[in-house]
Amino acid sequence: MHSRYEVVIGLEVHVQLTTKTKIFCGCATAFGRQPNSQTCPVCLGLPGALPVLNQQAVEYAIRAGLATHCTIAPRSIFARKNYFYPDLPKGYQISQFELPVCEHGWLDIDLNHKEPKRIGITRIHMEEDAGKLLHGGTAGSRVDLNRACTPLLEVVSEPDMRSADEAIEYLKQLHQIVMYLGICDGNLEEGSFRCDANVSLRPFGQAELGTRAELKNINSFRFIKQAIEYEVERQADILDEGGKIIQETRLFDADSGTTRSMRGKEEAHDYRYFPDPDLVPLVIDAAWIEGVRAELPELPEAKRQRYIEQLGLPAYDAGVLAAERAVAEYFDALVALHPQAKICSNWVMGEVLRALKEKESSISACPLPPAALASLLQRIDDNTISNKIAKQVFEAMWQSGAGADEIIDQQGLKQVSDSGAIEGLVDEILAANSAQVEQYRGGNEKVLGFFVGQVMRASKGKANPALVNQILQNKLGSRS
Amino acid sequence: MKIQRIEVEQVARLARLALQDDELEALTEQMDQLLAYVEKLNELDTEGIIPTAHAVPMENAFRADEIKASIGTEKALSNAPQREESCFVVPKVIE
Repeated sequence: MHSRYEVVIGLEVHVQLTTKTKIFCGCATAFGRQPNSQTCPVCLGLPGALPVLNQQAVEYAIRAGLATHCTIAPRSIFARKNYFYPDLPKGYQISQFELPVCEHGWLDIDLNHKEPKRIGITRIHMEEDAGKLLHGGTAGSRVDLNRACTPLLEVVSEPDMRSADEAIEYLKQLHQIVMYLGICDGNLEEGSFRCDANVSLRPFGQAELGTRAELKNINSFRFIKQAIEYEVERQADILDEGGKIIQETRLFDADSGTTRSMRGKEEAHDYRYFPDPDLVPLVIDAAWIEGVRAELPELPEAKRQRYIEQLGLPAYDAGVLAAERAVAEYFDALVALHPQAKICSNWVMGEVLRALKEKESSISACPLPPAALASLLQRIDDNTISNKIAKQVFEAMWQSGAGADEIIDQQGLKQVSDSGAIEGLVDEILAANSAQVEQYRGGNEKVLGFFVGQVMRASKGKANPALVNQILQNKLGSRS
Repeated sequence: MKIQRIEVEQVARLARLALQDDELEALTEQMDQLLAYVEKLNELDTEGIIPTAHAVPMENAFRADEIKASIGTEKALSNAPQREESCFVVPKVIE
């Protein structure tokens, strides 16, 4: 990043809501269906059709507003945003302009677990999505209006971010929140969570914002970072040469990692918003807001805090566990059954998430419910098996779906804590390795590890390691 | 004058209307008269009054989130001047 200029980033995120139907009509919102099969006079923009607001979409907007500390507007208005584009059948998009449903919120981001930084959220408004243009047809461009009229929230941030990393952190937080709230499927590739970035530079110390470029068409966190970083370099080079930044929309090209000017849309920037006479004002009273608030899940930020403060977990663990709601709920259920937070955290992060990743599966399909894992951890706790054997049992449970005790019994994995049996093994090992015994007695205590390893191997991993250690030390010490 | 010809040209362009010289002339005059007439409203004191967003005193017309049968691809495309498979076809849009 350039150090001569301060980078200023504001983000506009379009969150596609997971309602069953569109925002102003009863057509389904399912992805990937036959083009134009999910359409009706309303979303086709036929004359005389009347849009009627989906109440669930409003409820989702309230959820998003509350989760991002916004004020929910007691009265908000839908407006027409007028422009012509082939993916917009009515010639206008129904959106909100002067009176959006949520305003004045914020999110705290925490890069590297240092001081949290507060990013302002200017507004969240509801709107309908446009259709989809498919290029590469023989005759011209093809239009699929299945997506037209799908409910969106547009979340507009203040220009509070100062680096691509801050922007990504904000986006990840927002992404986690909408997933936790169950209002968005979070799929960036399918366009369920889309980000436009406004990027500008200014000399350090200057209060006035520089001219910005709006970056569009970015469908992964990695690409957003790449696009912003490229754009910062591009603008810095122009400013260095005494040039001026043109306010424009630029498209990110993932293949080259660059942004390029998207000409043609500039002159159409007069949207002539006015209240949509087809839609009456939206009034949200305190009872509705409080009803929604009462149903909100514990959010990632609160979970992280609780994990750190109440369960004593490291910030890193808290971040990993809280990132996805289903993982956090798995962990919560596990800790409730086996109240040793760090051990639970190690197993969820180490074994469960690793195994899920290997199998390209998700926590919702995890074959090992929290209760099953808790019973395994219990067997480590009561010294029935060692931690190492437990990982073997874990694999077997994962494969077969059998319980921990069943597998321990069947495979004879019970830890040997019988000191007589272990002493016998220790004697054998010491007798067979007299050279190492001499080394140990000559002061090389590191050899102890070698003996422990040998005894554990002889017991097929079943000997109680603490007991092996103790007996070895006794025997080696007593002969000196 | 409440409105200049150049503004009428701009509005026409935004609405994708190709107007002839004499039409622009006449429309500028008519729109000027309309605006002068509406200007009368400015005589009212609207301090503290919520801007009217809808002519009917009504709020919260909702529908439940329940799927209704769509009209189907064939019907949706039945008025399309041009189609290809299940899509409308429009002149090539270059991005």
